[in-house]
Amino acid sequence: MTKLESKIVVITSGKGGVGKTTTTAALGAELANRGHKTVVVDFDIGLRNLDLIMGCERRVIFDFVNVIQGDANLTQALIKDKRSENLFILPASQTRDKDALTTEGVEKVLMELKKEFHFIICDSPAGIERGALMALYFADEAVVVTNPEVSSVRDSDRIIGVLNSRTRRAEQGLEIKKHLLVTRYAYNRVQRGEMLSVEDVQEILAIPLLGIIPESTAVLHASNQGVPVTLSGSSDAKEAYRDAVARLLGETTKANSQKSWKKLLEGLRLFSRSHV
Amino acid sequence: MSISTSTNTETDSMFQLKGGLYPLTVLQLLGTDLRIFEQQLETKVQQAPKFFYHAPVVIDLQKLNQSQITTNTTIDFNNLMNILLKKNLVPVGVKGGSASQQTAASTAGLAILQDNAKESSHSQTTTLERENWHHSLGEGEQVMQNSSASTKPFLSKAETFQTDTTTACNSHYKIIVEPVRSGQQVYAPGCDLIVLAPVSHGAEVLSDGNIHIYGPLRGRALAGVTGDENTHIFCQSLEAELISIAGQYKISEDIDQSLWCAAVDVFIKSGHLHIRPF
Repeated sequence: MTKLESKIVVITSGKGGVGKTTTTAALGAELANRGHKTVVVDFDIGLRNLDLIMGCERRVIFDFVNVIQGDANLTQALIKDKRSENLFILPASQTRDKDALTTEGVEKVLMELKKEFHFIICDSPAGIERGALMALYFADEAVVVTNPEVSSVRDSDRIIGVLNSRTRRAEQGLEIKKHLLVTRYAYNRVQRGEMLSVEDVQEILAIPLLGIIPESTAVLHASNQGVPVTLSGSSDAKEAYRDAVARLLGETTKANSQKSWKKLLEGLRLFSRSHV
Repeated sequence: MSISTSTNTETDSMFQLKGGLYPLTVLQLLGTDLRIFEQQLETKVQQAPKFFYHAPVVIDLQKLNQSQITTNTTIDFNNLMNILLKKNLVPVGVKGGSASQQTAASTAGLAILQDNAKESSHSQTTTLERENWHHSLGEGEQVMQNSSASTKPFLSKAETFQTDTTTACNSHYKIIVEPVRSGQQVYAPGCDLIVLAPVSHGAEVLSDGNIHIYGPLRGRALAGVTGDENTHIFCQSLEAELISIAGQYKISEDIDQSLWCAAVDVFIKSGHLHIRPF
């Protein structure tokens, strides 16, 4: 059995509240479901919520900062998900802040994780300061989460610029693969001109589209219950995330065709009748 | 710029040199009687005290030497500087003037700034003057030009692409093939800039020469930044936040609606900014 190369994927956006943590949990859980050993890492020191979305907030003993500072080893800090045997969580500290993260410390932890896991999904905090920079610095790939709305698109554009210049790969002259994930897409609002269309967003950001996640009540239900969307009951958002993971893994070629996007948008239109 | 670490070793740098572009007021000297100068300056400052408070000033000697009476006169720069400082103006440098005048200015502690684009061909442009007000000390009238864009960010080493060319414009150009993203700044010193991708909102492209954008311009474009008024900005879709040629600028609000999203050529004619669709 060949050992697949381990990948660090950062889930980033610039703008806050667009669905980074939801996406981290959803993608992480789906990757684990498909048999890839996956760890989701919370980089939002001081404002952690990945543990809440994953439903393991009552099992946090040691966190990311503890490991960096040598108070605990990685095995002690990693939390195994009860629902999926391939899924693990490395929670953030709630009492410290971003200054506790050091480049060497983060590198050491990520390199250690790379030995064990196929996918390391880093949940970035919002913004372009230290926490966000730390989360993206060691990334091999990036998922840029964007709402189809002007300020989110502007911030995503900014973060793409940062990905192109402030990552280790960029410093070494290597390409960092970027994927656009449009979230909270509401077909009716796009038709009314209240929201940007996917084409508008793509035209401005000019990175390959990974998926379109519709605005969905399922997301709120899932987070309230501490279950990643892709592990909860069937919903439009769940299907969209599963589709996105397929594309991330380069699995289906038909998923890349124009026809399948049209089909997806048509499906979103049908779903939208019962929503906004 | 790397992410700072928690330990500060002895090998960490104490400073970094960066290029910067700043708006500066130019004070054109038209006479050498410093007593009258002081009186007239007092009147002028009273008209807009806040504007002049701590304003950095460049003293332009060019007009002085064009006059028959005052060619190559000795100027008491120490006295001049004191007058300016008393009025809370900060003299930073001198431009124009003869070699002896510049030497005197330099001795008094003023920087010597390059006169115009034709003379400057250095690669590290650190300050850029923009003419906000022309002070005609004789008559007390003012000619306000379209003032410069407000605060310009540094040319950050991490996010811009600096060329080291010191050759004149037209024989070199800088090509950008990736979109210029929000927050990024691209500067082409001493040559034209060609962008084969969109320029996003919140991005800035600057050039000493012309700027050609084969795509939409949604951010800011500033051509002829060292003063060359014969430069142009070309873009395939005008959606700019700001366009400027040699310091004369228009913001998006002031651009005629009929030109919006059109393919245009921006240039200066008869001292004004023109936008021509093509």
